[in-house]
Amino acid sequence: MHASRRRFLAGAAAAPLLLAAPGLALAAAPSEKRFVFVVLRGAMDGLHTAPPLGDPDYAASRGGLALARADCLDLDGFYALHPALAPLLPLYQRREILIVHAVASPYRERSHFDGQDVLESGATGPHLLADGWVNRALAALGAAHPQGLAVSQGVPLALRGAVPVTSWAPSPLHTLAPETIERIRALYAGDKQFAMAFEEGVQGETFVAATLGDDTMGGPMGGAAPGRPPEAKKPGPFATLAEGAGRLLAAPDGPRVAAMEALGWDTHVGQGLEKGRQADALGQLGNGIAALARAMGPQWRNTVVVAASEFGRTVAMNGTNGSDHGTATAVLIAGGAVAGGRVLARWPGLGRERLYQGRDLMPTTDLRAVLKGLLRDHLGVSEAALAKTVFPNSAQVAPMAGLVRA
Amino acid sequence: MYDHRTFVAATLFGMGAGPGDAERIGADPRGWLVEQLRAQPVPPALSQLGNTADLFERFRAVRAMRKAEQAARADGAAAAAPAIAAMPAMGKPLRDIYFAEVGARTRLAASAAAPLCERLVQFWSNHFTVSIARPEVLAIAGSFEREAIRPHVAGRFREMLGAVAMHPAMLLYLDNAQSIGPNSIAGRRRDKGLNENLAREMLELHTLGVDGGYTQSDVTQFARILTGWTLEHGPDGPRARFLFEPRFHEPGPKTLLGATVREGGQMEGVQMLDVLARHPSTARFIATKLVRHFVADDPPRAAVDAVAASFRETNGDLAAAMRTLIARPEAWDPPLAKLRTPNDLVTGTLRALGNPPLDDKAIHHSLALLGQAPFAAPSPAGWPDRADAWLGPEALMRRIEWARLVANRMGRADAMQFAEMTIAPVMGAATRQSIEDAPDPREAVTMWLASAEFERR
Repeated sequence: MHASRRRFLAGAAAAPLLLAAPGLALAAAPSEKRFVFVVLRGAMDGLHTAPPLGDPDYAASRGGLALARADCLDLDGFYALHPALAPLLPLYQRREILIVHAVASPYRERSHFDGQDVLESGATGPHLLADGWVNRALAALGAAHPQGLAVSQGVPLALRGAVPVTSWAPSPLHTLAPETIERIRALYAGDKQFAMAFEEGVQGETFVAATLGDDTMGGPMGGAAPGRPPEAKKPGPFATLAEGAGRLLAAPDGPRVAAMEALGWDTHVGQGLEKGRQADALGQLGNGIAALARAMGPQWRNTVVVAASEFGRTVAMNGTNGSDHGTATAVLIAGGAVAGGRVLARWPGLGRERLYQGRDLMPTTDLRAVLKGLLRDHLGVSEAALAKTVFPNSAQVAPMAGLVRA
Repeated sequence: MYDHRTFVAATLFGMGAGPGDAERIGADPRGWLVEQLRAQPVPPALSQLGNTADLFERFRAVRAMRKAEQAARADGAAAAAPAIAAMPAMGKPLRDIYFAEVGARTRLAASAAAPLCERLVQFWSNHFTVSIARPEVLAIAGSFEREAIRPHVAGRFREMLGAVAMHPAMLLYLDNAQSIGPNSIAGRRRDKGLNENLAREMLELHTLGVDGGYTQSDVTQFARILTGWTLEHGPDGPRARFLFEPRFHEPGPKTLLGATVREGGQMEGVQMLDVLARHPSTARFIATKLVRHFVADDPPRAAVDAVAASFRETNGDLAAAMRTLIARPEAWDPPLAKLRTPNDLVTGTLRALGNPPLDDKAIHHSLALLGQAPFAAPSPAGWPDRADAWLGPEALMRRIEWARLVANRMGRADAMQFAEMTIAPVMGAATRQSIEDAPDPREAVTMWLASAEFERR
C-alpha cells in the first residue's frame, strides 16, 4: 500500500494543475464511501429485469414477452428477477440489491440520444447542460472526496465537468517512460485542453499501474469485436471492466466515484425470454456487478452501485419478437451499503388503460428522487446542492429516503 | 509555399499532408478542394472487393455450417466431430472480409489524390451508420459504404438517402427487413407486425433531426409506410437484395407530418423520402453536422445558415453545400479547431509516412486500440464529432503510447522533416523545441505525432 500510494502521490505532485483543482486534495482524509454509476445505453426493459409476475395483466399485456414463472427467480411473490441475473440472487438475499421500479427521468420522448443526455446531465431536458450530475456531485462534496474514474477510454457525460477526473480501460499498450512524460508535459504547455487531459491521464496510469500491477493488459477495446456477437463470451467484457474498476475503487488511495457503461439493450428484434438478446445484456450486467462486488472485498460494504437506463421499452411485443422505445423502467441498486432485499415501487399496473400513451410502463417515480436519495444519504451531498446544482430545478423532487443502510 | 491555407485544405478538409501534397495543392487550395467535388470513379482498389449480394452469400454459408453443426451436436453423432473442430474458424472468412474492407478504405484515404472525397465518404458513412455488432452486417458494412454512400458524396442527398434506405445492410441493421404491417396479408396470417427502429432513426438521425418537428405518431406512421421494404427471401432466410414485398405492406392511407399519404405500396416510402429530403429541418440538421465536422465543435450560426440555405436552394446538392462551406471564412481560420478522431489520426499518420505497406489486421488493430474500429460505432448515431468525446485521459494516453509504438517501428526517421511536411504552418515553439531537444530519433517522432498540432486538424 505504501509503495502504491507513493507512486500515486508522485504523479499528482508533478501535476500542479491538479493540486489546484477541488476534489483532489489528497492530504485530506478521504471518505471511505464508494459510488458507481452504470449507464445502461439503449433502453433496458425493466419488465424483463424485474418482471411483475403478480400483476394480473402481466401475461396478457406482455404477450410474447411474458416470462414464465418457472423460469424466473422469485423475489417477493409479486416481483421476480430475470434468470440471467442469477449471479445477483445471493446479493439480493444478503439485502445488497434494491430494485426501484416504474422509474423514469424527466425526459418523455423516445430518442436514445436525448434520453441519455438527460440521464447523464441530470437536467430537465436534453442539451441544457454540458456537464454531468456525477461530476457536479463531486464538486458539491469539495475536497473530502478524491477523484472520479471513468471506466472507459473517454469520459461519459455523467462524469464530465469542472472537477478533473481520470479514465481507465485495459490496454495492451506500454506506459510511457518518466522522461517521455516530462517531455510531453513541455510539449503540451501551451495547449490547455491537452495539458489537462494528459495530467489526469498520467495520474490515472501511475495509480493503475501501482494497483493492478502487470494485470493492466487487455485486448483492444474498440467497439464490437468483429463477428463475435456480444453474448458469445462469458463473463463478458463488462465483467472484465467491472472487476478492474472494483480493484481500483477498493484501493485506499484510489478513486471513490466511478462511471461505467453497459450496452446491448436495444432489442427491437429477438429480445427473447429467459434467453435472447435482453437476457444476454442482463447476464453481462449481473456478472459485472457480481465481479465488482468480489473485487472490492471489504470495501463493498461502503459501496453503492446504481445502474439506470435512458428509458424503458414498450410493454407489448412489437412485430419482430422485440420491443420498441418505451418510458418507465427499473433501476438496479447494488452494494453493501444498500438497504436492499426488496423491490420498491408505486406500481402503476399493466392494464391497457394504465399504460403511458397506451404503450409504455407508466412512470410513478422520478429517477432524480432515487439518485438524490443515494447521493444525500450515502455520499453526504447537501439537499441544497442536490436541488440547485447537481439536479438543477429539482427542488420539487424530494430525495427518496431509506435507500441505504442507516 | 506550405502556408496556413494549404495546411487547412490538406488537413481539415483532407486527411493530412503526405509527401508531395503541398505541391499538389499548389497556389489555390480552395480551387483544389472544389475540383475534387466532381464525380470520381470508383477506385480500382475497391471495385475488386465484391458486391453486397455476393458477400452476403459468404455469411449465409457460414450460418448454414453453424446450423448444421448445432444439429449434429444435438444428435450427439460422432460424425460431427470434424465439424465441431472447425467451429472456431468458421467466422474467420467473414472477419477477413471485414479486415480487407477496413484496410482498403484506410489505405485509400491515406493515398487518394482527392482526399476530400474520402473524408466525405467517411463523414456520410458515419451519418448513415451501420454496425458490425450485428453479425449479418459484418461482411457487407464495407460494400454498404461503397454502394450506397460513395457514389453520392458529391451528388444529391435524396439519392444517397434512397440508396441507404434500400440497402440490405441498413434494412438488416435497423430491422426494417422484418417489419410487417399488422393488417397486411402476412401480418394477418402470421401474427407478425411493426418494428419502428428504422423509421425512428431515419427521422431522428438521418433527416429531420430530433428537434425537426415530428411526433411518436409520425414515427409509427412512417414505420407503416416502410413496411414491405425488405430483402429477397428464400426458404433458408434472406438474400442481400432489396425487395418491396406487397404482402408485408400495411394497407390504407397514412398521415405523416400533417399530410395524408394515399395508399400506394412502395411509392408511399419513395414519396416520403422526397418530402424528408426537401424538408427545411433536414437542410438545417445536415448543415449543422457538416459545419460541426469542418469548422468547429460548436458550429457558428452564420455558417450553418449559409450551408442550410445552399442545401435548400439546390434541392440537396451536396457538392453545392460543400462549395458554400469551403467558401466560408470560418473554415479557414483559426486553424486546428477540430480534434482528429482516432481514424483521422491513424489515416493522417499513414498519409504522412507515404502510405507504408501495412497489412489489414495491423491497420484495424491500431484503429481498435484507439477506440474507433470502422463500422463499429456504439449506436446508430455514429461516432461523436466533438473533442470532449475523444479526449478522455485514457484516450489521450493511448494516442501518445500509440505514437511511441509508431516511432519504434520507424527507427531512425527525421522527425523534423516530417513535422515540416505536415504541420509547419501551425507548429508552435514548444513543439519545435520538443522535437529538436529529443534525445533520439524515436523520441523526436513521438513528439511530432503526439503534438497537439498533429493531433488536431
